[in-house]
Amino acid sequence: MKNNPVVIDLKNISIELGGNKILENLNLYIRDKEFITFLGPSGCGKTTTLRIIAGFLEPDSGEVIFGNKVVNGVPPHKRQVNTIFQRYALFPNLNVYENIAFGLRLKKMKESDIRDKVKEMLALVNLNGFEKRSVDCLSGGQQQRVAIARALAVDPKVLLLDEPLGALDLKLRKDMQVELKNIQQRLGITFIYVTHDQEEALSMSDTIVVMDGGVIQQIGTPEDIYNEPKNAFVADFIGESNILDGYMLEDFKCKFSGAEFECLDKGFAKGEAVDVVVRPEDVDIVPIEKGMLTGVVTSVTFKGVHFEIIVDIGGFKWMIQTTDYEAVGNKIGLFIEPDAIHIMKKSKYSGKFGDYSSFSDEIEHLSDIVEEE
Amino acid sequence: MNKKNLLRQKLCAAPHLVWSAIFIVVPLIMVAYYSFTNAQGEFTLENIYRLSDYTDTFLRSLWYGIVATVICLVIAYPLAYIISQMKVRVQTTMMMLVMIPMWMNFLIRTYAWMNILEDSGIINKLLGLLGMEPVHMINTGGAVILGMVYNFLPYMILPIYTVLAKLDRSLIEAAQDLGAGKIRVFSKVVFPLSVSGVVSGVTMVFVPSVSTFYISQKLGGGTFALIGDVIEMQFQVSNNFNFGAALSLVLMVLILICMAFMNKFSSSEDVGGGMVL
Repeated sequence: MKNNPVVIDLKNISIELGGNKILENLNLYIRDKEFITFLGPSGCGKTTTLRIIAGFLEPDSGEVIFGNKVVNGVPPHKRQVNTIFQRYALFPNLNVYENIAFGLRLKKMKESDIRDKVKEMLALVNLNGFEKRSVDCLSGGQQQRVAIARALAVDPKVLLLDEPLGALDLKLRKDMQVELKNIQQRLGITFIYVTHDQEEALSMSDTIVVMDGGVIQQIGTPEDIYNEPKNAFVADFIGESNILDGYMLEDFKCKFSGAEFECLDKGFAKGEAVDVVVRPEDVDIVPIEKGMLTGVVTSVTFKGVHFEIIVDIGGFKWMIQTTDYEAVGNKIGLFIEPDAIHIMKKSKYSGKFGDYSSFSDEIEHLSDIVEEE
Repeated sequence: MNKKNLLRQKLCAAPHLVWSAIFIVVPLIMVAYYSFTNAQGEFTLENIYRLSDYTDTFLRSLWYGIVATVICLVIAYPLAYIISQMKVRVQTTMMMLVMIPMWMNFLIRTYAWMNILEDSGIINKLLGLLGMEPVHMINTGGAVILGMVYNFLPYMILPIYTVLAKLDRSLIEAAQDLGAGKIRVFSKVVFPLSVSGVVSGVTMVFVPSVSTFYISQKLGGGTFALIGDVIEMQFQVSNNFNFGAALSLVLMVLILICMAFMNKFSSSEDVGGGMVL
């Protein structure tokens, strides 16, 4: 993947819409056959970036480069990319066959070739025999498959997917995630995927671009993003994290929550203030006398695979995920391995993400389904 | 659904059914009855035979109706399309402007056109001021067509605009995305999806245009009669209800045939929302 040629290059892209700065000086390149995901909350600019690549929006400044050609000003129908829209956008006056054949007819393909291609595409998305159906009588999942078949039929080099699974229920969404990934690998084309669902991003992508406020916060593999978040925003947005104020005593040694810890990070100034991330699943519960930190359990939630325990340590509420049950009110000790501690430089996001004292699953869930634009 | 609910539903529909029976079905039966009887109430086909004298008038009416409808469509479609592309607030204002003339009485509007088109009317006075020869406009076929187009244009704009404004933007983007340029986007997506509005508009313009009598009298000056004029004359002047009814009946049948043709022509692409006669 790392040596694949760059197919799309965005250089210094800025855009304002309705007086609001949506993207600010965005730089990004996308390699051939890559599954790249733009991840971020509503209004972070991820869909705007996608629309700029598709040609539906022109940036105020900056260059969009396909291969080695600047394509600024090239209309969407002349770009070699195709889009899967949020709400599928199937043509209601055409049946399944005609929807998939739409792009092929514009290419003036022979009718027999069109028939073969449509059949091939329907097989690819598991909709054999659906040719004559009207698109109105299909389920959401089936409509989505037709949309995928329609876009892939014209052999795009790059497929743009704008929250394609957002309207599907959870079970179907998981199935489609696997299927999309399979299709991408089988066809060997580049997928640019937009989502606000971090789980989806982590499980499907080769590369994740985390965005907020029109600015790229971090680019990396799912593992990088999860294990080495660059700032408090990324740490908070991807997975659960306890983000603490701390400072570096020296290389490989830091201090937070009133205790000193060994860590694997270096290169900070002595005494530099930093943000410390500890993932909830990396904290071990031990007897009080063996604990590096001690605290009182304030809530326990059963999650199926694990318990989610909130622990009050000196007023800061930690979240711990563990398979051991601890009753509310228990005093427990916490043990943290050096490799479970991740040190981040201070950023404008420092201190914005508090502890888990106001944490609620419900709110988290609600913010998940808010749609962009 | 239980019987009680069903009964209640029927009761709710009753006023409408009574209304329809008294004001639609009964008059239709009366028209048919008059058509096939003479002044003494005896059965006769004479009225029907006499119709052939008016073949020219029928054809002229149909022709004028078709011309007015086509002109309305040609003006209304681009206008509705342009309005539907504007910002929502501008759209509301534009549609108000389209509708405001409809608030004024039909007769007054037609009289206004008489004043404008007369040999000594506003246009000719302006031409005179500019030192040009006056143009004879009133009492011509063109003036009648103009009157029809002016009066019925909003009925064409409204349904087409409604369909276009509701059109999902992402369908247009999807078509562009799949390689369609502006013309193809229009011919393959926008137009097919707006056919229902066009059918409604054509119906609402064509039917009153074919049967109008007032416009042709005032702007045509009685130099030629349309079928509406003939029918009016039978009832108001000749007092021949039977022949007037026969003319009406045939006009109705002709309009139904035209509409059926229109619907058949469009039904394959009609996605609902259209007015079907």
